[in-house]
Amino acid sequence: MILSNSSEKPVGVIGAGNFGTVIANMLAQGRKVLLYARNPDVVRSINETHHHLGYQLSEQIEAIGDFATLAQNCEVIFPIVPSQHFRDMMQQLGPHLHPYHMLIHGTKGFDIVLPPGETIETAKKLDRSVVKTMSEVIREESVAVRIGCLAGPNLSRELALRQPAATVIASNFNEVIQTGKRLLKSDRFQVYENNDIVGVEIAGVLKNIIAIASGALSGLGFGDNAKGLLISRGAVEMVYLGRALGGDTKAFLGVAGIGDLVTTCNSPMSRNFTVGYRLAKGERLEQIIADMQEVAEGINTVRIAKKCADHYKVRALITDRLYKVLFEGLTVEEALEFLMRYPLNIDIDFI
Amino acid sequence: MEILQEKKNKNRKYKPILDRIPDWPVYQLSKHRKEFIDEVTQKSIERIRELRPSYKQLLDDLQATTYREQNRIKRNRWRVDPKDDAVFWSTIKNELVELAGANPEGGHTKVDEILQRIVHRYASEIAGNFKPNSYRLAREVIKFWFSRLLNGARVKKFGAIFRNQYTLRDKIHIVGKVKMIRKLARQGTVVMVPTHFSNLDSILIGWVIHAMGLPAFIYGAGLNLFNIKIIAYFMNSLGAYKVDRRKKNLPYLETLKMYSNLAIQKGAHSLFFPGGTRSRSGMLEKQLKLGLLSTAIEAQRSLYNMEGEHRKIFVVPVTLNYHFVLEAPDLIEDYLHVKGQDRYFPEQDKYGSFQLIKFLIKFFANRSNISVSIGPGLDVMGNYVDENGNSLDAHGRVIDTKDYFISSGQLTIDRQREDEYTRMLSQRIVTEYHKINRVFASHLVSFIAFEMWQKKYHQLDLFNLLRLPEEDLELDYLEFKTVFKRLRKQIFLLKEQDKINYASHLKGNSDVVINRGVDNVGVFHLNRPLLKNKKGNIITKDLSLLYYYHNRLVGYDLEQFI
Repeated sequence: MILSNSSEKPVGVIGAGNFGTVIANMLAQGRKVLLYARNPDVVRSINETHHHLGYQLSEQIEAIGDFATLAQNCEVIFPIVPSQHFRDMMQQLGPHLHPYHMLIHGTKGFDIVLPPGETIETAKKLDRSVVKTMSEVIREESVAVRIGCLAGPNLSRELALRQPAATVIASNFNEVIQTGKRLLKSDRFQVYENNDIVGVEIAGVLKNIIAIASGALSGLGFGDNAKGLLISRGAVEMVYLGRALGGDTKAFLGVAGIGDLVTTCNSPMSRNFTVGYRLAKGERLEQIIADMQEVAEGINTVRIAKKCADHYKVRALITDRLYKVLFEGLTVEEALEFLMRYPLNIDIDFI
Repeated sequence: MEILQEKKNKNRKYKPILDRIPDWPVYQLSKHRKEFIDEVTQKSIERIRELRPSYKQLLDDLQATTYREQNRIKRNRWRVDPKDDAVFWSTIKNELVELAGANPEGGHTKVDEILQRIVHRYASEIAGNFKPNSYRLAREVIKFWFSRLLNGARVKKFGAIFRNQYTLRDKIHIVGKVKMIRKLARQGTVVMVPTHFSNLDSILIGWVIHAMGLPAFIYGAGLNLFNIKIIAYFMNSLGAYKVDRRKKNLPYLETLKMYSNLAIQKGAHSLFFPGGTRSRSGMLEKQLKLGLLSTAIEAQRSLYNMEGEHRKIFVVPVTLNYHFVLEAPDLIEDYLHVKGQDRYFPEQDKYGSFQLIKFLIKFFANRSNISVSIGPGLDVMGNYVDENGNSLDAHGRVIDTKDYFISSGQLTIDRQREDEYTRMLSQRIVTEYHKINRVFASHLVSFIAFEMWQKKYHQLDLFNLLRLPEEDLELDYLEFKTVFKRLRKQIFLLKEQDKINYASHLKGNSDVVINRGVDNVGVFHLNRPLLKNKKGNIITKDLSLLYYYHNRLVGYDLEQFI
């Protein structure tokens, strides 16, 4: 049954991964939710058992497997799928969307379109004409214009336990922010507003780089001094890179910037953190990727951010060293040594 | 010179789409001028009250307005300003002073009455006065004298002045989507948004609209133009309404926007220069003024809110392409001044009627042509439309423009949303300008020469570069030609990707094209921006001017190929 008894239209969620499932559950507190999953088995199992990935799902959630139904029934849709699949997903969803649709995504990654045969490494340069945020992908692949994004320290497991947390909803449209706020806000979940959507998106993406580095520090067995150093220098690096990519400094100082950064850097639960941790323990990248269930967005982000930093001539030492660790066989110890010796000692010069 | 012969002009004559002037929306508007001004006044007041809901806010705003107006009268008076300006505003000021002392209870009606007087004054000042007879006269006068000048100057024989061998259509090329705009103007309301480089644009575009067989448009023309008597006469008769950029106060801006909004709603095809003022740098507009642009979106939403059939509004970007801009020396000086010192510069017009006529004679005597590129029709959201006026998405699927104004199934008024839409529309128009911009040989040679010098003196910043003595600047012709060929190839490539357009004269033997460019760029300036010296090398007599003409091709990332 698709029509809800309440007068409110159902809300759509695309992507039944960890975050998507938890968001669907939060939205379902006040209304019906249609949860799109690619895999028909997942759709069936959710509708039969009301369980998914270890979460108990609200009765208000109905899983579906086609975009037409989703777009027809929902005016507000939350796409939460990995960035590598985001454009594909939008290409299928796009034909069903109208200008009145509202899309609030929760994906923290970049999209990148290269000419056939090229890879990030072989491309002559990476700039903003090929590196896109998810909101830009939505614009390119559909007629939807009322676009927003969710970002902030939102670890799915903690949200599911109803621990206190907050998020930022960013959009150029007040209407989108207010709608997102109305749908998500609860006594355990605070929602902040921001109208620099690109800045917030970029902050959410870049923090994944620092999260990997943080995992690496932990893997080496270092303590909180080292982490404090990393987080503060990491934040500075994010601001520089973020500004080059078109974000405003402010977004990086808020919940989606510092807030998310501190959380991910301290959380062994985070996928990006795990990648760094295991690297420091001497495992190889392919090995780590092979036994992760969901994508660690940070790995791709490092590749893209490094190339962008080169193009925009931004000094991004952490990103650069991390790139060498991930793809050029530098060890974590060597990278750390380089960073500790680097003769740079101005603390803050961007405010 | 035989080889420089233009390709035969294929510009044809277009039949008017509406034969009788009384059928034209602009005529209807001026016939009911008084009622229209009253409606504009009424609706503007409603809007201002919505923006300044409390008595205190409104009073503050009126005081600020009066203060600024009196300041303007003191500092920056123009010939067109009404004689009673000073008296009117000092009366208002006295009444406001009295009101500020009185208690707010009794003040409400008085403040409303003052607002009414101010807004009504503004509305009457803005309103155009289209008269069919003077429109016809102006049209004939322009046609007659222009072709006399043209034939007299071109065909060098006694009595040639009375020949009709050449017409304006040989001088001004209209390219692009003419058929489409004619079709769209029949089904909906056209809002034309051209680039703005010269004071001549206003008259030129008036002729272009007539030549395309379209009924007269209403114009947002800078009030400063009305200081020049000849132009003022033509503008008035062509249906212009006046935009006074000195007045930045809330009541004025709201009245101006309401005027445009209501006129568009009533189906009057409109034209305004969204850059706001002539491009000082010579670059294509990058940033548009959003005020008047927003009225197209608002008018469209209001139309969707009405009963019956919904008239659609079509936005048509237009670029005007010149080899030569009369005011270039002053424009670029302004630009450099502001850029260099970051301080305010009052707008001045040094060109009176006499200079203008002189310019026209020179213009017609020369082979230097002008081209006007008509862009494709867009809806108010910047989506392309097809010939039947349907909005299309990137994949050619039809979009219902009304859906942009719908929330939860209802048409809603959301000003913040529409502000954002306006910004999106302005970005689309800017992109479209770059696509339909028609590169002339003169633009390309200017760009190359300036960039080559800049590269050679890369250690100098712009201002130091411009200060170099002209004697030091000489480019070896062969070197120049190599770069020219490379850049031209890039332009052809960009054209294939639909990112730019170029004039047909850009093709062919590169020596010929270079000569054509050098001969034409800024041809009537006292100091020519580009010349060839005796050795055949490229030199300049005025680097700032060259910088101005060079700027036309900034924004395409062509610098990397120098």
